[in-house]
Amino acid sequence: MPNAVTASLSQVHSRRGWIILVLVTAALTGGVAALNRAVPATSSLHVPDYLIPLLGKFICFGIVALAMDLIWGYAGILSLGHGLFFALGGYAMGMYLMRSIAGEGVYRSELPDFMVFLDWKELPWFWYGFSNFHFALFMAMAVPGALAFVFGYLTFRSRIRGVYLSIVTQALTYAAMLLFFRNNTGFGGNNGLTDFKRMLGYPLHDPSVRVTLFVISGLVLFATYVACRFIVGSKYGRTMTAIRDSELRVRFCGYDTTTHKLFVWTFSAVLCGLAGALYVPQVGIINPSEMQPSNSIEMAIWVAVGGRASLVGGILGAWLINGAKSWLTVAFPSAWLYFLGALFILVTLFLPQGLVGIRAFFSRTTKR
Amino acid sequence: MKRRRPQIKQRDGGRRRFFYWLLSGAVLAATGAGGHDAALGAAADLDPLLRELGSTDTDKVRLAVTALADKGDVAALPALEALNDDNLKVAPDGAVYLFDAKERVLKHPLTGATVVPEPANLRGAETNNEIRRVLEPVLAQLKLGAADPRIRLAAAEELAKGGGASATPLLRKALAAEADSGVKEALSLAVARIDLTSEDPAKRIGALQILKQLGKGTIKGEIESLLKNERDPQVKAAANAALGSMRTREFFVSAIGHVLYGLSLASVFLFAALGLAITFGVMGVINMAHGEMLTIGAYTTYAVQVFFQKHFPGAINFYLVAAIPLAFAVATLAGVALERGVIRFLYGRPLETLLATWGISLCIIQTVRLFFGASNVAVANPSWLAGGYEVASGLVLSYSRIGVVVFVIIAALFVWLLLQKTTLGLQLRAVTQNRSMAACMGINTRRVDMLTFGLGSGIAGLGGVALSQLGNVGPELGQSYILDSFMVVVLGGVGRIAGTIGAALGLGIIQKLMEPSVGAVLGKIAVLSFIILFIQRRPQGMFPVKGRIEA
Amino acid sequence: MRLCVTAVLCGSLAVLAGCEKKEAPAPTTAAAPAAAPVVAAVVEDKTGPIKVGILHSLSGTMAISETSLKDVALMAIEELNEKGGVMGRKLEPVVVDPASNWPLFAEKARDLIQNQKVAVTFGCWTSVSRKSVLPVYEELNGLLFYPVQYEGEESSFNVFYTGAAPNQQAIPAVEYLMGAKGGNAKRWVLLGTDYVYPRTTNKILRYFLHSKGVKDDDIMETYTPFGHSDYQTIVADVKKFATGKRTAVVSTINGDSNVPFYKELGNQGLKATDIPVVAFSVGEEELRGIDTKPLVGHLAAWNYFMSMDTPENKEFVAKWNTYVKKHNLPDGAKRVTNDPMEATYIGIKMWAQAVEQARTTNVDAVRQAVGGQVVRSPSGFDIALDAKNHHLHKPVVIGEIKADGQFKVVWKTEGPIRAQAWSPFIPESAKKVADWTFPWVCGNCMEPKFAVALKGAAAK
Repeated sequence: MPNAVTASLSQVHSRRGWIILVLVTAALTGGVAALNRAVPATSSLHVPDYLIPLLGKFICFGIVALAMDLIWGYAGILSLGHGLFFALGGYAMGMYLMRSIAGEGVYRSELPDFMVFLDWKELPWFWYGFSNFHFALFMAMAVPGALAFVFGYLTFRSRIRGVYLSIVTQALTYAAMLLFFRNNTGFGGNNGLTDFKRMLGYPLHDPSVRVTLFVISGLVLFATYVACRFIVGSKYGRTMTAIRDSELRVRFCGYDTTTHKLFVWTFSAVLCGLAGALYVPQVGIINPSEMQPSNSIEMAIWVAVGGRASLVGGILGAWLINGAKSWLTVAFPSAWLYFLGALFILVTLFLPQGLVGIRAFFSRTTKR
Repeated sequence: MKRRRPQIKQRDGGRRRFFYWLLSGAVLAATGAGGHDAALGAAADLDPLLRELGSTDTDKVRLAVTALADKGDVAALPALEALNDDNLKVAPDGAVYLFDAKERVLKHPLTGATVVPEPANLRGAETNNEIRRVLEPVLAQLKLGAADPRIRLAAAEELAKGGGASATPLLRKALAAEADSGVKEALSLAVARIDLTSEDPAKRIGALQILKQLGKGTIKGEIESLLKNERDPQVKAAANAALGSMRTREFFVSAIGHVLYGLSLASVFLFAALGLAITFGVMGVINMAHGEMLTIGAYTTYAVQVFFQKHFPGAINFYLVAAIPLAFAVATLAGVALERGVIRFLYGRPLETLLATWGISLCIIQTVRLFFGASNVAVANPSWLAGGYEVASGLVLSYSRIGVVVFVIIAALFVWLLLQKTTLGLQLRAVTQNRSMAACMGINTRRVDMLTFGLGSGIAGLGGVALSQLGNVGPELGQSYILDSFMVVVLGGVGRIAGTIGAALGLGIIQKLMEPSVGAVLGKIAVLSFIILFIQRRPQGMFPVKGRIEA
Repeated sequence: MRLCVTAVLCGSLAVLAGCEKKEAPAPTTAAAPAAAPVVAAVVEDKTGPIKVGILHSLSGTMAISETSLKDVALMAIEELNEKGGVMGRKLEPVVVDPASNWPLFAEKARDLIQNQKVAVTFGCWTSVSRKSVLPVYEELNGLLFYPVQYEGEESSFNVFYTGAAPNQQAIPAVEYLMGAKGGNAKRWVLLGTDYVYPRTTNKILRYFLHSKGVKDDDIMETYTPFGHSDYQTIVADVKKFATGKRTAVVSTINGDSNVPFYKELGNQGLKATDIPVVAFSVGEEELRGIDTKPLVGHLAAWNYFMSMDTPENKEFVAKWNTYVKKHNLPDGAKRVTNDPMEATYIGIKMWAQAVEQARTTNVDAVRQAVGGQVVRSPSGFDIALDAKNHHLHKPVVIGEIKADGQFKVVWKTEGPIRAQAWSPFIPESAKKVADWTFPWVCGNCMEPKFAVALKGAAAK
C-alpha cells in the first residue's frame, strides 16, 4: 500500500516537483498569512487586511480556472456555464451562513429576512438541513455535481460537442439566473444572500478568521491542483486528451468516451461548487449575477489567457485577469475595459498557447 | 354583400359632408354675416372664456372649458385643441393665441389669422391631467359634427369611454343623423353605456342587447357592477347574455393576440439572429461582438435622427429612410474591419474567435459610452410608426411592431435572394459546403469571407435600426440580445437561414403563449429549457444540413 | 514542469510586490483591526487633502444611471474646492468603478476605506449594491451617503440615506391619484421589476390601499424580469383590467425596461387621462432615452424635478451646465439634472458642513455632526438630516411628463416630511425604532439598548 501511494505521488510529480510545489503553496498561503498577522503594520512588508479577502477570492477563482482547464484544455469541452456550478456551491454555503444567524436578522425571525418580507411563514423544504455546516458543504458539491451529471449525461449521450455545447451551457446558466432572480423561488431574488455574520461560530469579520479562510482556500487549491495533476497524468487523463484530439478515433478504438467525458465534467462541476462555497464567506454576498452568461465566459477567458492544457496556466490567467481588473477599475475607472479587451484580442492573436506559451513565442521569433 | 359596403359608406360620407356644410352655412347665415364677420361676432361672446383658458389657476381653466362646452360653439374648437396639445400661448395682457407647430407661427384663436408681430413674453397655457380629463370629452362633443368620418369616429370612441354623460342628447341626435357604420357603432356603444344606468328597465335591456351585439369588452366592468345591484330578472338575463358574448369574444381575441404578439417577438428575435445566422451559421465564427453590430446600427439611427433634427426638421418623419442604408453601410464597414483586422487570423479556431470578439465587444461598448454617454438616447418613432392598429377591440398592435415584422420579412427575403440568386451567394454557399474544394475551383475564399462577414454585420445593423424603434438604445443594447440570437441560430440549425426563421417564430410564439399563464420569467425559463432539451434530441437543429457532417 | 513551478513562484511574488507597492506611500496603517477606527483617528493626517470616495458603476448595466451621479459628485467637490475646500483642506475625489458587479462593490468599498483611507464615500444605486457594501461599512466603521430612493426597511449607524423612503415618494403619489385632482383612481395596477425595491414598495402600498378600503380584487400586482423588453402582453392585460373602474398604474419598473414599456404604452394608445401611470424610477435622465410625446400627462413622484422654478434650482442647473461644458462630458447640451443627482449634491454639502463643524474628518465625530445639518436644497426647501434615523426630511413633488422630456409640477407638499425608515404599514417593522442618537442607540431594535450603547460608545 505505501508503495502504491508513493507510486501515485511520483506519477503526479517528481520528488523535486513535489518539494517545489509544497514550498510554493507554503510561501503563498503561509507567507501571506504571516506577513499579515506577524509583521507589524508599519513595516513595508505587511500585507494589509483589506487584501486578504481579495487574495482569497483570487484563490477561489484559481480553483475554478483549474476546473475549467481540466475540461477545456484536456477534454476539449468548452463550458460557458461553469458560473452556474460555482454559484450553486456559493448558494449552498450562503444558505448555511443565513441559517446560522437565524433569529438575528433585521426582523428577529427564525426565517431569513427576505422570507419574512415575502410573508412566508415557514422554511421551504429545500432549505431544510442547511443549518448544519457539514450538510451544507456536502450540498455545495453534491448539487452542482448532480446537475452536471444529469446535464452531461443527456448532452454527451446525444454527442453534442464544440460550439453547440458551449451555447447550450450558456442557456443553462441563463435559465438558472432567471430562476434565481425570481423572489418567489426562495433564494432572496436579486439581492441574493448577504449580511453573513458567523461561520461555525467564528465571526467572519475577524481578521484572523479571514486569514484562516484564506489559508484553507490555499490548501484546497493545492489539493485541487494535485488531484487534477493526478487525473491528467493517469491513463484516464491520457484517454481524455485523446478524446479532445479525436473523439471518433477513440470511440472506434473501443473506449466509452461518454463515460470519460461525464466523469471529468462532473468532477469539474464539483470543484467549481467547492470554490463557490469558499468564495462566499470571503466576499460576503452571493446573488444571481454570478450566473450571468458573461461571468461564465470570463471564466473561459482566464484559461485561454493563462494557457490551455497547462494547469498552472489556468491559475495564472485567473489571477492575472482578476488582479488587472481590481487594479484597473481603481486606476483607470473609465478606460479599463479597453485594457481588458485589448488583452483578450492580443493574447488570441499572438499567444495562442496563452501566457505559459510566452517562452515558445519568443524562441520562435528569435529563431526567425 | 360585404364587398359593396365600402361604396355605400363612401357615398354616405359624401352626402354627410355636404349636409354638414349646408348646416354650418345655415348657422352662419343665421348670425347674419359672412364667415369672417361671424367669427368676429362669436368672438365677442367667446373671448372672455378663451381668456380664462390662459389662466394660471387650473380650476378657472376647467370651469372655462365646461362653459365653452355648454355653448357648444365649434368656433372654440381650435383654441381648445391647442390647449390640449400644449400649443396655446398667453400674452402678458391675458390674450391667448394658437401656436401652429407646423408653420411655426402664431394665430388668432378664432379667426385663424396669422398674428404679426408676435407679442413679447408669451408663456404656455397651463394644462394638466385634471384639465385634460375635462377637455377630451368636450373636444369629442364638438368634433361629433366634423365632416371627416375618421375624426367623428375618434370623437365617438372618446365619448364611448364614459366621459359623455353630459352630452347624452347630443349623442342621440348624432346617432340618429350618423350614416357611417363605424361611427354609428361607436356612438351606439356610447349611448348604450349611458342607458345602462337608466331608470327604465326596458332601456337597460335595450342597451344590453346592443352591447351583446357589439361584444366589445370595454364595458364589461360596468355590466358586472350592474349585475350586482340589479333586481329585474329580465335585465339580469340580458346582462348575463351580454357578458357571455363578451367573454367568448375576449377569449378568441386574446388567443389571437398571443399569437400576434408572439409573431412580433419572433420578428425581434429574427432580426437579432439573422446576421448571426450568416456569420456563425455559414462561416462558423462565434462572433460575440455581433450584439455590438446591433448597437452600431441603432446608434447610427440615432445619429441620423439628430442630423435630421438639426438640418432637415421638416423631413424628420423620413429619417428612417436615410438611416436604413446608412446603418447597413456603417455596420458592414465595421464588420469588414473586424474581419480584416482580427477574425481572418482565427479561422478554424472557433472557440478562440469567441475570446477575441469578446474583447472587441468590450472595446466597442466602452467607445459608445465615451462618444454618446452612458445613458440611453432617445430614438423617436416617426409619426407614421407611432400609434397602433386595433386588430380587434382590446387588441392593439403598434405600428412600429408591425413595421418591424414587415421590415424583417424584407430583410430575410433580401438575404435569401442574395444567397440564392447572386454570384456572391453561390460562392458563399460553395465555401460553406467545402472550403478547400471551392478554393480549388478558383473562388477567392478570403474575399468571400470578408464579404460574408460584412453582409452579416450589415444585416445586424439593420436589426439595430429595427430594435431602436422598439426599445432602449444604450451602450449595452447588443449584450441583451446576443444570447437570444445564438439560441435562435443553434435551434434552427447552423447554416440554415430557413431554420433560423423557423426557430425565431417558434421561440417567439411559445414564449408569448406561456407568458399569460406562468408569467414572463417562467415563460422565458421554459423556453430555454425547451431549447436545451430540443438540442439533446436533435443536435443539428430543426433543419439539419443533410449529408456527411465534417468532424 | 520546472517552468510551471517557477511561474507560480513569480506570480506569487508579483502579488506580494503589488501589495508592497500599494502600501508604501500610505503614511499610516491601522494596527490591530479591532481598534482600527481609534488608531485612524489619533494619527489622522491633518494637513493633506481629504480623500472622498465615489463608488458608482461606470460600466455594466448600471452605468446608464450611475455615471451622472459620479459627475455631479465631482462637480460638488470641485465647487467646494474652489471655495477653499473643507477646513482649508482640498478634497481629493477617489473614483472607482465597481462595474455593476455586486461583490465588486464590497471589494471596492473595503479598498476605499482600508487602502485609500477615504473620509467618506458617496455611492451605490441598486439595493443589492447597498446591501453588499453595508456589512463592510459597519465592520470598518466607514461613512456612506446613499443618494437613491429605496425601499426603506433599513437604517444603519454608518449610512446616511439622502434618497426618499417609501413614505416620501410612493404613498403621497398614490394618495394624489386617489384624490379628485389625480382622477379618483379606484383600481390599482402595481407593476414592477422583480427585485426588492418594487416588492417592498408594493407590499407597503398594498397595506396602505387596504387601509383606504381598496379590496384585493381591485389590485393587480405583476412583476417582470430585469431587462424585460416585451410589454405587449402586460399592457394588454392592464387595459383589460382597467375596464369598469378608474384605474391607475404604479410603476416601479427598473430603468432599462422603461423605454420598451412606455413605447408600448404610447403605441397601444393608453392615455394618461384614461389610465395614468405614476413611476418612481423614471426621472429626467430616463426620459432622455424615450420619445416623450405619447407620454404627456403620465406622472412621476420624486423629491426634486429639474423644472422646479426656484432660484436655488436655477443656480444648480446653471452650475451643472457649466460643469458639463467645461469638462466636455459626452452628450453635453442634452445632459439633465435629476432627483438622485440633487440628493448626491445635498449629501456632499451636508457632509462638508458637518466636517467644518466637527473640525475633523473622524467618522464618529462627523456622524454626530451630520445629524441635524440643514442645507438649502435646489428644490427650494431647507432640508434637514434626521439624526435619529439617518434619513433626509424631503418634500414630495409630483410631476406630469411634458412633451419636451421635463416634468410639470402638479402637486407638492407644504414642506419636507420625515422619512419612515421602518414602514408602519408592515406589521413586522411597525414596532421597530430607528434611533441612532446618543445615548439612545436603538438602530433596528425594539427597545433601546441603553447600557450596551454606552459601552459601545465608550469602546469607540
